[in-house]
This record gives sequence, structure tokens and C-alpha cells, in this order.
Amino acid sequence: MRLGAGAGFAGDRIDPAVDLVARGGLDVLVFECLAERTITAAQAALVQGLGPGYDPLLRERLLATLGLAHAHGTVIVTNSGAANPHGAGRLVLDVADALGIAGLTVAVADGDDVLDRLSFRDSPVLGGRDGETLEDHRDAVVGAHAYLGVDALVEGLRSGADVVITGRTSDAALFLAPLMHCHGWTPEDLDLLAAGSTVGHLLECAGQLTGGYFADGNAKHVPGLARLGFPMADVDRDGTARFFKLPGTGGRLDRATAVEQLLYEVSDPMAYLTPDVTVDLSAVRIEESGTDEVTVVGAVGRPAPTTLKVSVGIRDGFQSVAEISYAGPHAVDRALLAADIVGERWNDVHGLGHVQLSTELIGVNACTPWTDVDQQPGEVRLRLATRTLDEHAALLLGREVEALYTNGPSGGGGVVTRMAPTLGLLSTTIPRSEVMPTTTVYR
Amino acid sequence: MTALVEIAHCRAGDKGGDSLLVVVPHDPDDLERLATALNPAVLAPHFDMKDEDVSVALAPGPGALVVTLRGRLGGGVTRALGIDPHGKTLSGHLLALDIPWT
Repeated sequence: MRLGAGAGFAGDRIDPAVDLVARGGLDVLVFECLAERTITAAQAALVQGLGPGYDPLLRERLLATLGLAHAHGTVIVTNSGAANPHGAGRLVLDVADALGIAGLTVAVADGDDVLDRLSFRDSPVLGGRDGETLEDHRDAVVGAHAYLGVDALVEGLRSGADVVITGRTSDAALFLAPLMHCHGWTPEDLDLLAAGSTVGHLLECAGQLTGGYFADGNAKHVPGLARLGFPMADVDRDGTARFFKLPGTGGRLDRATAVEQLLYEVSDPMAYLTPDVTVDLSAVRIEESGTDEVTVVGAVGRPAPTTLKVSVGIRDGFQSVAEISYAGPHAVDRALLAADIVGERWNDVHGLGHVQLSTELIGVNACTPWTDVDQQPGEVRLRLATRTLDEHAALLLGREVEALYTNGPSGGGGVVTRMAPTLGLLSTTIPRSEVMPTTTVYR
Repeated sequence: MTALVEIAHCRAGDKGGDSLLVVVPHDPDDLERLATALNPAVLAPHFDMKDEDVSVALAPGPGALVVTLRGRLGGGVTRALGIDPHGKTLSGHLLALDIPWT
């Protein structure tokens, strides 16, 4: 079975997916478009009438790919449904109509919204304070979505769907489900589920397997990044997977790019937790089996956790960021003086000493603020940021930085300010028995 | 001393407030030596952390180390105030580390 990765995040390039579905001979094309926080933002927008609740780029992606997929018999699987998978399912039928495609079947895999099923008092905040539960955040909770496994996706594929839409599932499940459906793997085939999940894990970020996010400007060369080819995998019934990309596309695919992708989001290589299987990646072998081609074997599976992870979105006040640049002699000193001025007024004039103000020097040590300011660059950009429940305070930060134009050190320029409501994200778990995946077929 | 960038490459990820850094030696035969050299006592000061909040896991099959910096990202992607809440740039900072290597 041949799987292709058509998107690695909601804003990903569209042309590589068009190329894949046109020339790749794919059985399945997967669009992974749902980062952990995206679903909460989509839900908040839906509730406020500010968005459709599904990926706003979905229509454009489908207009570019659905006709080709239909012509080649390629099934599309995507989590672009976000907080409104049924709305996204209806959108697919609309796009099919617009493209003149008749008889399309869409399956919507749902059941991830567990807000009504969570007991706040019994839901510990993972990584939180001792004894912290969702009850402590009751009034701020916006939504709660469980990471579902393959069940509802496999059901959708069994219905003969041309497009399967879902919301919150594990990213790996988007790839594992078609493999289970095609090869007849069962939930007891733990090593095969581990192999399939490893395939999903390698493909889920699309171009990050084929040389995207890899070039270091020096020794690690990647040709043709402007035309980066997205990856495909041929996966055998025994779980052996061969990864490659289309001829004529940019990028590279070898052991080095594959190892970075395999492990960069895994805190314990011996126990990568998914809703379907716990994967031991520590003995995975990546062999270079051709030019821009690797073969991957050796994942070991153990039973999945007894609970499912849940992402809980909470209202978290307002984040405000304001920046100003300085150049020439003593640029850093002037930026630090500007920060002192804003800080003094923040505390003494506005009485906001209890609201944390973050100060960074972009171009000096903004990414590593614990390191020393031991250089005098030709220019520096001061960045001040705060997050507060007090909207007025959030707005004040921007005004204070803007006022540096006429009241601060000499030569400050290019002030940019922005302020927006923020959503926080907490994690908890829910017993599997509380979660009911559903599959709905639209024709 | 040798800058780590000469010996290995790195990609950063994140889980909640933890930064994850996968470190891959250019030469697979260097893995065990690198595992010895890149220990929490060496890594912690480079990231202004306590030794006990830094751990290093070995993945011998793929040929890599996974460094976990617990809590380095503050409140994580949605809560951190800094310019790089995901800590994606910490891969570059790690590769600037000088380690004994002859």
C-alpha cells in the first residue's frame, strides 16, 4: 500500500500535494493539519461566529487535489475537520459539486469532543501543581478534545469512503488506519501497529522527512528547497516500509533526515505513547536503500495506555507584544535604556508591577535570554511582552513602547505592537470507556 | 574543545513545557562516545538549568540521543512569553556547545 503525506501542518504548501497525487500512484493521501492548539482556536472561533471550526484552508486544498485524487482512485484522509468535522464533511461534498465529481462518499470520524464527559474534579492537570485538577480552571475552559485512535477512521474506510474527515486523533492514526484496513491488521498485532505508527510518525510532518527543516547553511546541504518534494511510503503486509519522493522534486531523504524526524518529538524513545499502541523506537533501523530512499524496520509494540490523552483549551487573558529597533553605536545600550524606561513606568506610573514584563534583545540573546549580552551588533530589536487578564494593561504596553518615539532614547524606529486574546492548553486523561468514537457517512 | 556542530546535528521538539532535542552524530560510530560526553552536568549550565531537570536517552537503533530539558519552555507553546515559545532555536544553541573531543 502506498501512502503520501500531503501536508504537515495547517498552513503547509499545497503544490507538493498536487504533484504527489498527480504522479505518485497513491492509494491514500493524508493531510495532517491539526496542531495541538489549533483545535481550541478553531473551536473558539466557531463559538464566536468568527470561523467555520474546521481548517480554513481545507477548501483550497481540496479544490487543488480532489479531482486528481478521484481520477486516480486515491483516498484522502485528513484531520482538517478540527472542531467541526461534520461541517468539513459537507464542505467536501460542496467542493465535489463545484468540480463536477458525482457519487463521492465522505466519512466523518467524530467523538473526540469530551467536554460533557469529563469529570473536572477527577481530571488531574498533567504536569501541573500537586493536586491541581480541571476544577481549578472550570470557568476558563473553552473545549476538551481526546486523542482518538484508529477505530472510527477504519470504520470510515470500510464504508468505501473517498474522503475521511476527522478532528482530534493521534497524527499517526491517520496513516495507521488505512494500513490496518488494507492489510487486515488487528488491534492485537502490536508489532504491526507499531510499524504502522512509525510510518505515520515519519510521514506526519510531510517535508520534514524529505529535507525540510534540515539545511544548516553550512555542511548539511539540501538541494531545491523551494520545490521540496513531500514523502511517500510503500508499506508491506509485514510492516516493512520504504520511504521515497517523486523524481525531479527538491529535498533529500536519507538516514540523517529520517532520524531527526523519527525522534525529535519523542521524550522516551522506548515508549512513544499513542492511543493504539505504545511504540518502542529504540531498535528501529533506518537503511539507505536507494537514492533519496530509506527502508525502516524494527519498531516494537506494547499495549496502549488504558486512558486517552485530552487537550483542554482555557481562556488565558491577553498577550501583548511590542518591539522597537536601534542601530549604530551603543545600539544595545539604548535598547536596554528603553526597556528600563518602560519597566519603570510599568511599575511606578501604572502600578502594574505584579504583571510580568518579558524583555528580550532580538539579534543578541532573545532565543537564549539566560546568556550574557557580550556583543555590540550593528543593530538590535527590543521586544517586550506580557500576558495578563487585564485588557487595559495589555493595551498599555503597546502605547508605552510607541511613546518611546518621542520620550525615549535616540534613534528608535520600526515600532510594531500587537495584542490578542490567548488560549492556554492543559492536558489531562480520560478513561476509554467514556469516549465513543462515531462514524457518519455522507453521500 | 570542539563545537558540537562539528560532531552532530540536531532538531528540537516540544512536549508541554519540556524541550526535546534529538542529537545525531554525523558518524554513527561516535554515538557511545557522544553519549558519555553529553551528560546532564555538561548540558545543564548551557541551558541555565539544574542537572536533575536534564536527562539524556540513548536510541541505539536509529543512532541518536534524545535530550530532555524539563520545564525549559516555561508554560509551553501557548503560555510562554518569549520570542520562540516552541524552543525550536534551542537546537542551534545546543550545537554551539563546546565539548572535549579529540
